[in-house]
Amino acid sequence: IMSIFGEVPQAAPVAVFKLTADFREDQNPRKVNLGVGAYRTDECQPWVLPVVRKVEKMIADDHSLNHEYLPILGLPEFRSSSSKIALGEDSPAIKDNRVGAVQCLGGTGALKIGAEFLRRWYNGTDNTKTPVYVSAPTWENHNAVFSNAGFEDIRPYKYWDAGKRGLDLEGFLGDLESAPDHSIFVLHACAHNPTGTDPTQDQWKQIADVMMRKSLFAFFDSAYQGFASGNLDKDAWAVRYFVSQGFELFCAQSFSKNFGLYNERVGNLTVVAKDQDNLNRVLSQMEKIVRITWSNPPSQGARLVAITLNTPELFAEWKDNVKTMADRVLLMRAQLKEKLKALGTPGTWEHITEQIGMFSFTGLNPKQVEYLVKEKHIYLMASGRINMCGLTTKNIDYVAESIHEAVTTVQ
Amino acid sequence: MALLKSTKILTSVGAQAHFLAVLQLRASWSLRNVQMSRGFSISWWTEVQMGPPDPILGVTEAFKRDTNPKKMNLGVGAYRDDQGKPFVLSCVRKAEAQIAAKKLDKEYLPIGGLAEFSKACSQLALGPDNEVLKSGRSITIQTISGTGSLRVGANFVSRFHNASRDVYLPKPSWGNHTPIFRDAGMQLKAYSYYDPKTCGFDFKGALHDISKIPEKSVIVLHACAHNPTGVDPRPEQWKEMAALIKKRNLLVFFDMAYQGFASGDIDRDAWAVRDFIEQGHNILLSQSFAKNMGLYGERVGGFTVVCKDVEEAKRVESQLKILIRPIYSNPPMNGARIASTILNTPELYKEWLVEVKDMADRIITMREMFVSNLKKEGSTHNWQHVTEQIGMFCFTGLKPEQVERLIKEFSIYMTKDGRISVAGVTSANVGYLAHAIHAVTK
Repeated sequence: IMSIFGEVPQAAPVAVFKLTADFREDQNPRKVNLGVGAYRTDECQPWVLPVVRKVEKMIADDHSLNHEYLPILGLPEFRSSSSKIALGEDSPAIKDNRVGAVQCLGGTGALKIGAEFLRRWYNGTDNTKTPVYVSAPTWENHNAVFSNAGFEDIRPYKYWDAGKRGLDLEGFLGDLESAPDHSIFVLHACAHNPTGTDPTQDQWKQIADVMMRKSLFAFFDSAYQGFASGNLDKDAWAVRYFVSQGFELFCAQSFSKNFGLYNERVGNLTVVAKDQDNLNRVLSQMEKIVRITWSNPPSQGARLVAITLNTPELFAEWKDNVKTMADRVLLMRAQLKEKLKALGTPGTWEHITEQIGMFSFTGLNPKQVEYLVKEKHIYLMASGRINMCGLTTKNIDYVAESIHEAVTTVQ
Repeated sequence: MALLKSTKILTSVGAQAHFLAVLQLRASWSLRNVQMSRGFSISWWTEVQMGPPDPILGVTEAFKRDTNPKKMNLGVGAYRDDQGKPFVLSCVRKAEAQIAAKKLDKEYLPIGGLAEFSKACSQLALGPDNEVLKSGRSITIQTISGTGSLRVGANFVSRFHNASRDVYLPKPSWGNHTPIFRDAGMQLKAYSYYDPKTCGFDFKGALHDISKIPEKSVIVLHACAHNPTGVDPRPEQWKEMAALIKKRNLLVFFDMAYQGFASGDIDRDAWAVRDFIEQGHNILLSQSFAKNMGLYGERVGGFTVVCKDVEEAKRVESQLKILIRPIYSNPPMNGARIASTILNTPELYKEWLVEVKDMADRIITMREMFVSNLKKEGSTHNWQHVTEQIGMFCFTGLKPEQVERLIKEFSIYMTKDGRISVAGVTSANVGYLAHAIHAVTK
């Protein structure tokens, strides 16, 4: 019998998940997973935030709660408190009633709804030819989110300077200048994935200037707020600056990392519009998009985050938990750099402590990466990206030595 | 910049209107750009239209505003107990307690979801001894409830079923089916289903229409408890449809949102799905646990593709993951973990079967009380369809003007098509409902 799916080709596995699968199968006792972006403790264990356990229990003990459908746009107290986190409690835009939000399935879901909306309603209607710019490099799923939403022209903007292992500001600004007006730019709010390299405040100002002048659309991806520097406000500076300059923008927020709620898919698409009327129309259309994608979002994670953000003692405890994670990452950065320097590993390693957030672009080339994976059982992305959370005081010496070997023996 | 897409010769009025609309939009965008460059404070979103209000939501909004103490909300598509309250199943509470005690981590699920859930989900639908499951020639993934499942399925069909762009829905169907398939790039068509004269199944009409469907088109079937009509084919009618659909070589897409909830028996409710597979249909199947486990807001569902063999199932699985990753990366854990615990723990599973039957029985009882109360009121109409229809919804046969009166004079809220959610009926208000309906239909 002929199958209608006879022609369906085998798709390549998503690289980062394949890496973890390979890691799991590896029997070597020294194996280290520096791949997928999830926080690990110094015992290399997943960490459920203490405040999360606390609030989970509160929810479980509250028998007045049920499992009814949330509204299509999500839990109202989640949406508003999440937007406040991004824009600041005293945000003038919030006071002006021109900020709204859509609860989504993680940061991915927020990007998805934003992308689908833009394709339908931005730069004309259904203008799939609007260029969408993503940083070179960027999170590997950005491209697919926008192309699946129907955008036909997805382009890189210069970002990572491999030579100097830092931001290619000149290239970035150049690409902004040469972009067609109204192009969409996906900006990492902080802790750029995968490079860990963020513009300085001054550099953000220059970026914003060009974007305003050329009417470029700012679509922020904020997956690490609080996790990058340990300070929520500091990590949100860029988004807030753009709002203060009068941009209408989207900010896709994820609570996967900073709340450790990875598998509950907690995200928020914050929408900043010129006024309430525009905002309402935008949200009404986003509602239509949500209805044909997942109807309404999952309840558990949003409840948890809303309770935490809206209860002062819990909010304080959460910030503390976040700082714990951020501090451990900073410690690992410092120690890795020290050890590489002590080993005399060729090259400069300042970027390890200059970069910020969960990831570091080591600068290792694909051959060196392969060496680490195959010979040393140290799993990292082919791009040379490592997840600092995979480092612990127990394995950092092994990793440093292995990197040293890779750099000195593999060209 | 916005580009005109009018490369075809415009002959129709509609096309000309579109052309003008695009011109106007371009003009307004040009004006907008001039204004922007002058620093005028206008918005990107000036041309964004207000989305039309959701018809069902509108019912609930109006209900909320109503101050009549006797008001009834029969629009709600969620189960209510005999006190009119949302119902959290006892097996769900037990499962939650078990899960909490395990202190599990919150690491990402795989793209396809929780494996123990997907396995149990497929076993529930197909029966654990199904040849398909034993041979491994199917793939089931966890999805964002029924909607998410339909959406992934629609995307899959759109991308890989190149033989046809056509999806045939029963007339009528769940309101959200159409925009989901349309947005996925499919064309919507219909086959006769509901007979307003009998408030029952238009079997002849369905067969007639199905016999004309072009080969390889997709046909959507409601596995049980058809939404919105509550009208299901009888087993012998299903058998004839299966044979005809096979003859027409159509791709079958089952939507099963009410397994267990319809008759109270999970095997009986899945009968059509299983029979079609036995007749050789390699079906697509969407499942929801919103209603039968009361897990509405946790978004628990499954999507299944029955394939030719294991190898094909692997290829299909890989492509489903590629489709899902750019939508939401991976699904939420909480609800799937609850459902999986219930399905995989014998005592909880037994308890669930009883609770699902209780919910179904309460609905059936309300249907019976509704009809007997109508008779008591002196109604001479034939209300047989109310007890013949099955599941949460009932197509009363009421006309829009009658619905209007029910809302205005009696504060009884339902959608204009005369659909009521029997779940909103209780032993306390069924008398009032019968009285009101008799008043507007006598």
